[in-house]
Amino acid sequence: MTNEEKVIIFQLKDEEYALPVQHVKSIERMQHITRIPRTVNFVKGVINLRGVVTPIIDLRSRFEIESNDYTDTTRIIIVSVGAIEAGLIVDAANDVMDLDKDAIEPPPEVVGGIDAEYIQGVAKIQKRLLILLDLVKVLNPEKLDVQHAKETI
Amino acid sequence: MEMTQYLDIFIDESKEHLQAINEQVLLLEKSPEELSIVNEIFRSAHTLKGMSATMGYEDLASLTHCMENVLDAIRNKKIVVTPQVLDVLFGSLDHLEAMVVEISEGGTGKRDVSSTVKELEALEKGDTSNFSKGQAKSHSENIQIYDQYERQIILQSKEQGFQAFELSISLREDCILKAARVYMVFEVVEQIGEIIKTMPSVEMLESEHFETNFKLSILTKESANDVKERILKVSEVDVVDVSEIDADRIDASTQDETNLNSEQTESNGTEKDDSQKASTTSSSGKTIRVNIERLDQLMNLFEELVIDRGRLEEISKSIRSSELNETVERMSRVSGDLQNIILTMRMVPVEQVFNRFPRMVRGLAKDLGKKVNLEIVGAETELDRTVIDEIGDPLVHLLRNSIDHGIEAPSARASAGKNETGTIYLRAYHSGNHVFIDIEDDGSGINKQRVVKKALENGIISKEMSENLTDKQCFELLFASGFSTAEVISDISGRGVGLDVVKNKIESLGGSIYVDSTAGFGTIFSIQLPLTLSIMSVMLVEIQNEKYAIPLSSIIETAIIKKEDILSAHNQKVIDFRGRVVPLVNLKEIFEVPVTAESNQHVPVVVVRKGDKMAALAVDSFIGQQEIVLKSLGQYLTSVFAISGATILGDGQVALILDCNALIK
Repeated sequence: MTNEEKVIIFQLKDEEYALPVQHVKSIERMQHITRIPRTVNFVKGVINLRGVVTPIIDLRSRFEIESNDYTDTTRIIIVSVGAIEAGLIVDAANDVMDLDKDAIEPPPEVVGGIDAEYIQGVAKIQKRLLILLDLVKVLNPEKLDVQHAKETI
Repeated sequence: MEMTQYLDIFIDESKEHLQAINEQVLLLEKSPEELSIVNEIFRSAHTLKGMSATMGYEDLASLTHCMENVLDAIRNKKIVVTPQVLDVLFGSLDHLEAMVVEISEGGTGKRDVSSTVKELEALEKGDTSNFSKGQAKSHSENIQIYDQYERQIILQSKEQGFQAFELSISLREDCILKAARVYMVFEVVEQIGEIIKTMPSVEMLESEHFETNFKLSILTKESANDVKERILKVSEVDVVDVSEIDADRIDASTQDETNLNSEQTESNGTEKDDSQKASTTSSSGKTIRVNIERLDQLMNLFEELVIDRGRLEEISKSIRSSELNETVERMSRVSGDLQNIILTMRMVPVEQVFNRFPRMVRGLAKDLGKKVNLEIVGAETELDRTVIDEIGDPLVHLLRNSIDHGIEAPSARASAGKNETGTIYLRAYHSGNHVFIDIEDDGSGINKQRVVKKALENGIISKEMSENLTDKQCFELLFASGFSTAEVISDISGRGVGLDVVKNKIESLGGSIYVDSTAGFGTIFSIQLPLTLSIMSVMLVEIQNEKYAIPLSSIIETAIIKKEDILSAHNQKVIDFRGRVVPLVNLKEIFEVPVTAESNQHVPVVVVRKGDKMAALAVDSFIGQQEIVLKSLGQYLTSVFAISGATILGDGQVALILDCNALIK
């Protein structure tokens, strides 16, 4: 057993994030998103992903980073955790690398403005700092329900 | 460890066999003399025993073994089929079912069944006094029956110096490849003569549908001893009995046969059963198991194809090449056929749900001290898999209702001049794009006074309303929430959750339920269900730049109203729709649709209903009616307000489907 993990690297604002490759199903270009009314603001809507209706989450608004317009490099990373499948909108996704598990350190209190709650760890590779996301927490549907309770009058 | 890959198959097949045994035991209850039924049960039980022993579920195997012993005794007429015997058999079936369920949930299948085993053993030892009588009878059954043609052959060949023998061949108990041995025996016999009849049939022998014994009738010039020796040379053949077929016996069997024939014509019922059995066995031979997920994947892929087809059609229109046109048209036709096939692949006979009811009805009737006969009609009617999975519970509820409240106690029935045994009809049939399931009983009917009284007590209706209720409105009260007419709360029904739950469930499946009743003559519940849940007819509407689909089943009509016709009452906008005041729901506001264009003086509205309530949904424009494929929004978005699902339109975009029930309060 090697002690390495393959990860997909993506960008959000000025930071680089990493996702384990086994959770990533595909990377898609930006496309038409059908808005879903009355849901939380970070759920942008749903897309038709080869016949499967897939919800799309804007990671910038998920982590409360100021939003900006989608560009040519904007990508949707389709991830699946357990029974949940969703797309994450990121600024760019352009790298795959092998990450030595020993290089992963526990998260400091605040990284790049996002809550430490969603971070599994950070890894320093040469001069790059990679933030490993905890997908299970990012995709926790309970976050949706809280909002729902507020909205249903 | 390596067994796990067979576990799913084992569980599936065990369930099937248990179901088969269940059905057959029920049949046996109706005609205890029918030995072919016992054989059928025995065969299923035997297979089950073998399978569970192989998989290492000892308790399962040993209980089945005890059951098998009892069945064997019945088969050999050592035991007479009595209600007690059947009860014990049903009891052991319950245990077996529980074990299989436990195994399917990852358990070990262990269960304390000693009391049932004791009962079975007691039964088995029961009355051995009839033993000799039984044997005598079984001997007479050993005689093979020949038809006219076979008799002719036997008689003719006897004239030509051939001898006709009947061979009774037993294979060794531990013989593994029985079919292969049978084949070898055939080889041997065919070298010295001709086989004119086998018992069981050749097909049965080839598929190893026999224990260890089989019989051959042959014509040969060799002596009986010669034949015997030759056959004994085939390995694993245990015993060979050779007896000559003589003319007397043929004559005797002729008579038997004519008797049999006349019996058959008399009892059309059994004949029907037989043909049904035959058809099920032949169809089961040609099926394979496919994971439902794969069918879903196939469906998804196919939808992709449909979307591309749409694009291709548009392209061919703009290019105007006749060759391209033809090809695209052909492709459209083929994919249309393909769609039909894929959709029908997801259809399963409603039998899957119905087949557990006879047991349930029997048990319930017994518990309540009532006599009930369940008649199932149209069990072969097909429904989409997803509907089948959901419809079971509501049906159980309705059946329980019919037995508990509908059918009267035998004494009450007798005094009303009815047959003591009540009948419940469970009918399923197709009509148009719907499947109907009726549950009809010939019980006491619905007591209207009691219904109204109860509804008043529970505050479902007011005094004034109760005075001029039509029959229909009165029956509708049964479905109101918080209504339960049973005066005594029993196990079976009347636990508070009433018919309103049934109604909700059926409506969530896109169906509807009606009830009709004649006092003293019975009640009928009629359920209407869509053929499939995955495809539905919708009306596509546009709200600004967004498209939404409204299920046709909840639309009453569409209209275009003038802005000045919109009235205001209690801060709620309403319109006058055919003399009724209907609330106007502005979807634009409710769905917070980003506004890009100003609306004009005329407002298109879709009038939808939920039960008796109506609402008018204001939209921006109608696109048209369309058949769409229903898609779920996935596990992440589980509770979106007023959206029941999504669909993919011809241009590849997703449109959301409105849930009108959520919009009407």
